[in-house]
Amino acid sequence: MSGESALFWVLAPLAVLASVAMLFMKKAVHSAILLAWVMITLAIFYIALEAPFLGIVQIVVYTGAVMMLFLFILMLVGVDSSDSLVEKIKGIRSVAIFTALAFSLTLITFIARAELGRPSVGLDEANSGGNVEGLAQYLFSDYVWAFEVISALLITAALGAMVLAHSEKSDVARTSQRARSIARFRGKSIATAAGLPGSGVYARNNALDLPALLPDGKPSDLSTAEVLHRRGDVAESKSYQLEGLPKIDDEGNK
Amino acid sequence: MNSASIILDDPTWVIVAKGVLVFALCVVLTLLSVWGERRIVARMQMRMGPNRVGPFGLIQALADGVKLALKEDIIPAAADRAVFVIAPIISVTTCFMAFAVIPLTGEVNFFGEQTIMQLTDLPVGVLYVLATASIGVYGIVLAGWSSGSTYPLLGGLRSSAQVISYEIAMGLSFVGVFIYAGSMSTGDIIAAQSTWWNVVVLFPSFAIYVISMVGETNRAPFDLAEAEGELVGGFHTEYSSLKFALFFLAEYVNIIAVSALATTLFLGGPSAPPGLGFTSAWLGGWFSFIWFFLKVLAFFFFFVWLRGTLPRLRYDQFMKFGWKVLIPVNVAWILVVATLRLLTQQGASQFVIAGFTGAVVLAVLGAMTIYDRSKIKAEELANQVGPMPEPSFPVPALPTSLALKEKEGN
Repeated sequence: MSGESALFWVLAPLAVLASVAMLFMKKAVHSAILLAWVMITLAIFYIALEAPFLGIVQIVVYTGAVMMLFLFILMLVGVDSSDSLVEKIKGIRSVAIFTALAFSLTLITFIARAELGRPSVGLDEANSGGNVEGLAQYLFSDYVWAFEVISALLITAALGAMVLAHSEKSDVARTSQRARSIARFRGKSIATAAGLPGSGVYARNNALDLPALLPDGKPSDLSTAEVLHRRGDVAESKSYQLEGLPKIDDEGNK
Repeated sequence: MNSASIILDDPTWVIVAKGVLVFALCVVLTLLSVWGERRIVARMQMRMGPNRVGPFGLIQALADGVKLALKEDIIPAAADRAVFVIAPIISVTTCFMAFAVIPLTGEVNFFGEQTIMQLTDLPVGVLYVLATASIGVYGIVLAGWSSGSTYPLLGGLRSSAQVISYEIAMGLSFVGVFIYAGSMSTGDIIAAQSTWWNVVVLFPSFAIYVISMVGETNRAPFDLAEAEGELVGGFHTEYSSLKFALFFLAEYVNIIAVSALATTLFLGGPSAPPGLGFTSAWLGGWFSFIWFFLKVLAFFFFFVWLRGTLPRLRYDQFMKFGWKVLIPVNVAWILVVATLRLLTQQGASQFVIAGFTGAVVLAVLGAMTIYDRSKIKAEELANQVGPMPEPSFPVPALPTSLALKEKEGN
C-alpha cells in the first residue's frame, strides 16, 4: 500500500465520522470544532494529491479565518442552549426540507456519475511549471476577469457590512492622553497627579455619592463626581461613620 | 541543485533523525529562553534574576518545569472537559509543526549524507507556517471558551480577533519577499538573498513583519489576551499543572518559530553575514547553524527588550493600528515593490526607475502633508463650533455636523 492510500484510509474514515458527528452534536461549538477538523483533513488530502497551494490556502482561509470568525460569533452570542423548535417564520420548515432534498439530490447525481479507480489525467502537465506557478498562470491570464469580478464583489460586501454597522462618531478633537498627563503634572498642584481619590467606603454604605474622608477627617470634594455636586446629590458621609467614635465636624475639629 | 531536491533524496533515517533533532532543539531552546528572558529582564530592571539553581541559575527553568508537572491538575466543574484537554495540545503541536520548513543550516554532511537541516521544503513553505499559526489560534480560543469562566472567554475572544487581524498584516508583509524571490519556498527565498538580505531591500516589509510577529505571538506590548491587570491570566486562567506548562511551552516555541521565520525571510537564514562567508569553510557548513542561531537569539533578545521597555497597548488602539496603519501601508508598499520589480524585469532604463522612486517619495511626502493639514482643519472646525455649553451630566461630544446644525437652529 502506498503512503498516499495509507493516508487516505486513515484520514477518510475520521473525516466522515467527524462530519456525521458534527450533525449530532448538542453544543454548537463542538460542531464547529468537528467542521474545522473536516476542513483540515480535506486540506491534507489536497496536499497529498499534489495541490499544495490549494491545501494550505484551505487551512489559512477556511479553518483559520472563516471558521474562526464563526467560533468567535458562537462564543460572543453564546449559542449553547438547545435551539427552540418553534417555527418563527411561517413555512420555513417546509422550505428548509425542500432545499435540503434538492441539494442532496444534486450531490447524489454528481457523485453517482463519478468513475472510481481511474488514473489521474493531466496532473503532471498542469504541475509541470510548478503548482503555484501553474495556478498563477491561470488566475492572472485566462480567468483574470472572473477573479477581479469576484474580488470586487467581496469588497463590496465587506464595505456594505461596514456601512450598515457604522455609527457616527464625534470628530471634535479630544485632548490627547499626553496633553492631559502633562496638564496633570504642570497644573497648580500635583496633589492629584496620581489620580483622584475614590468615593468613600463605609460599613453601612459605599455608594458613589459618599465622599471619602481626608486624613484630617474632612470629606474630600474630589472623591465624588462633579455632576453630583452640581445636582446637589452628594450625601453626608458623617451619618455613615460608626457610632461611639468622636464626631468630626466639617472643619476637621473633634 | 536547489535545496528542495537535496532534501528530497534523504533516506528515511535522516528524516527521522532531523525530526527528533528539531523537536529537541525547540524544547531545549524553550528552557534556555525562559532562563534567558528572566535574566535579561532582571538586568533591565536592576535585579539579579534566577541565579541559584545550577551555574548562573541555568537549570532554573528545568526545575520550574518539574515543579509545574508535579502540581495538582485541576479541571473546573464548569469546564467542557474534552475541549479543555484538547486546547493546550492543539496549541503546542501546531507551533512545533511550523519548524518543519525552516532551514537551520546550509548544506551539511550529516553522518555521510549530504543534506540540509530542514525537514521538508514545500513550494508553499511560508504559507504553511501561516497555516499552522492559524490553527494554533484554535488552542487559545478553545481554551478560553472551554474554561467556563468569564475572564478566559474574554481573553480567548481578544486573542482570536487580534491574531486574525495581525495575520493579515503578516501575510501581506510576505508578499514583498515572494515577489523578490519569485517563490514561496524557504529554500528559494534564502537563495534569492545571496547578494542582499531582504532586510535591506524590503525594509518596510521587515518592519511590518516584526511588529505583526509580536502581535501574533501575544507578547508584550501586545499581550492583551493575557493582560494580567485586566483579565487575570486571560485564556489560561483556569489551567494548571502540565496543561499550563503546555501553553507556556507553546508561547516560547512560537516566539522562536516566528524569529526563525523572520531570520529566513529577511536575514538570509543560515547564511553568514556579509564579509564572514569564509566561516562556512570551517566545520563543513555546520558553522551556518551558529549564524542562524545567533540571528534567532537576536530576535529573541528584541522580544525581551520590548517586554522590558513598553507598557501594554490599549485594545482599541492596538486594533486600530493593525487595520488602519499596518494593512494600508503594506498594500501601498506592495504596489511599489511590484512596480519596481516589473520595471527591472522588463529592462526599463535607470531614468525610469529613478523617476518612479522619486515620484513615490514625493507622493508619500504629499500624503503626509495632507494628513497634517486635515488634522489642523479638524481643529479649526472644532474651534468654529466653539466651546459647547457645559453639560450638567456627562455626555460624549456631538459630531461637528450635528453640532453645527444645532447652532443654526438656535
